[in-house]
Amino acid sequence: MPMAERALPAPFRRAPGAAVALVVLVAIFAASSGGRFLSVGNLVSLSSQVALLLLVALPMTFVVLTEGLDLSVGALMGLAGVVAATAMLGGWGVPGALLAALGTGLVLGAVNGALIAWGGMPAFVVTLGTMGLAEGLALAVTDGEPVSGFGDAPRLAWQAMIGPVPLPVAVAAALYALLHLLLYRTPFGAHVVAVGGNREALRLAGIRGRAVHAAVYVLSASCAALAAFLLVGRTNAAHPTVALGVEFDAIVAVVLGGTSFERGQGWLFGTVLGAAAIGVLRNGLNVLAVDPSLQVVAVGLLAILALVAGNRRGGRART
Amino acid sequence: MNALPARIGALLLLALALSLATEGFATATNLLNVLRQASLLFLVASGLTLVIIGGGLDLSVAANLTLSACTAALAFKATGSVAAAVATALGCGLAVGLLNGLLVAVVRVPAFLATYGTLWIASGAAYWLMAGRVVYGFPPALRGLGTGFVLGVPTPVWIMLAVAVAGGAFLFLSAAGREVFFTGANEEAARLSGIPVRRRRILVYGLSGLMCGVAALVYLGRVNAAEAGLGDPLLLPAVAAVLIGGTSLFGGAGGLAGTLVGALILTTVTNGLNLLDVGAAWHPFVTGTIILAALGADALLARRGA
Repeated sequence: MPMAERALPAPFRRAPGAAVALVVLVAIFAASSGGRFLSVGNLVSLSSQVALLLLVALPMTFVVLTEGLDLSVGALMGLAGVVAATAMLGGWGVPGALLAALGTGLVLGAVNGALIAWGGMPAFVVTLGTMGLAEGLALAVTDGEPVSGFGDAPRLAWQAMIGPVPLPVAVAAALYALLHLLLYRTPFGAHVVAVGGNREALRLAGIRGRAVHAAVYVLSASCAALAAFLLVGRTNAAHPTVALGVEFDAIVAVVLGGTSFERGQGWLFGTVLGAAAIGVLRNGLNVLAVDPSLQVVAVGLLAILALVAGNRRGGRART
Repeated sequence: MNALPARIGALLLLALALSLATEGFATATNLLNVLRQASLLFLVASGLTLVIIGGGLDLSVAANLTLSACTAALAFKATGSVAAAVATALGCGLAVGLLNGLLVAVVRVPAFLATYGTLWIASGAAYWLMAGRVVYGFPPALRGLGTGFVLGVPTPVWIMLAVAVAGGAFLFLSAAGREVFFTGANEEAARLSGIPVRRRRILVYGLSGLMCGVAALVYLGRVNAAEAGLGDPLLLPAVAAVLIGGTSLFGGAGGLAGTLVGALILTTVTNGLNLLDVGAAWHPFVTGTIILAALGADALLARRGA
């Protein structure tokens, strides 16, 4: 039905999983929560939640475009938060703490990138290794206890409003603008797509595909460190394991958003829709007081439904 | 596989170093303890080895172990029957494994994504089922699987050896096993040669799930308690055991003997850390570092060989 598909708005054509899920979930929660879901207070907290997920999911789109994935971001966020909190306790000030967190991300991202791009190792096992390393280090230096007592600056940053927009949302919007330009308006973006779609052509064209490939993991880890810094403000404490599993939400957001693991095809705005769908799902289940462990199951089922649906569409297109 | 002697050598060197560095390592009790702990890790890693040889990946093994152990514990408490617990553990493990197999082979979801999804689903389901409870207290028939001895050797070690031998026979002596290697080495060529690639894929994921069920029973026997999240610390070591054991992450090469040595090396390292009074919080860090070091070494060796 190519005619009918062309008549659909872009989100339903390019990211059907995210678009359908978003519409259906918003309708369900708006109808069943007695106004609590659509209250202003809840929408502000929902938007900050989605913004935080986007800081991880947007760069994850780049990683998935190279046919890779980064399992280490959730653990890294725990470690970077602990590093930032410790730096603030040590009198480094807020800029110093931010730099320390970003530095942590930079180092782990470089390890991922080097082993994957130059070592030729599978991304899932490399990033699983750095996940263990980061999680273990965060747990070992804190004994599993949250780090706090560093003043109010992170909490004020998390709650700050720029006009009507919460600061985390503004940061996510700025990152989106930056990554959109990077992906669609620069040679780097074209190379990222080519690393996933056609690595051989890239090599023959004399482009240093490996550096591009590695840079994607540095980008992913640095953005996760930035997200970690903001996350510390939410409870004004750095919990070593607070973000474990964020990588799963991020990967599902990317996949729901219509980016493919196998064809070097993707859509950055689709990731925004995917992250919104997951944010709505988790937030709505929270409002309805559904057990957090079942929320994880719901995200997993949503991902599998989207993949099965996407596969059927793909199958139809091929035949 | 030809690097197996080197890996055994590394294990022996490690054991020698620990014998010299600590008083408690080279005692019969401690060595049997290492073997007993390695058996649980090996059971989880054995199915994963088959999946990786077949060109796939199973990130759900640890969560599957958790869910199988929790459902089996609940089944025992509900019925009071050990047979029901055994059937539930094996059935739950197999069901999660087959779900992975269907997702990968039939729906054609990339393996790491499908099994990462079932990881979170199984883990979330276990948290929901247990609702914060710890279910404990199992009868001797079940405890024996984890703590018993046969001919002076712990029962789980016999189970480990039986799985290693049966799995090795499957991989190297049966036609289906050889076809798993072929599928992992070159899926397209395997399909064109008439190998039922889909069924072989479903088979290895099913076996991997089944081994998680077996591991769940050994776990219940040893720890005598089940709670959500119990298997989480095993995912990294399981992947590391396969990796250190020399099974190719790209599929088509490897074996269970290597994974057995890998599991023994990792357990010996953990045991050594405990004897040297390094806190348990450092274990994931050490395992992660071992994975990255093994990957780095493999990358350097591959470059030199090329």
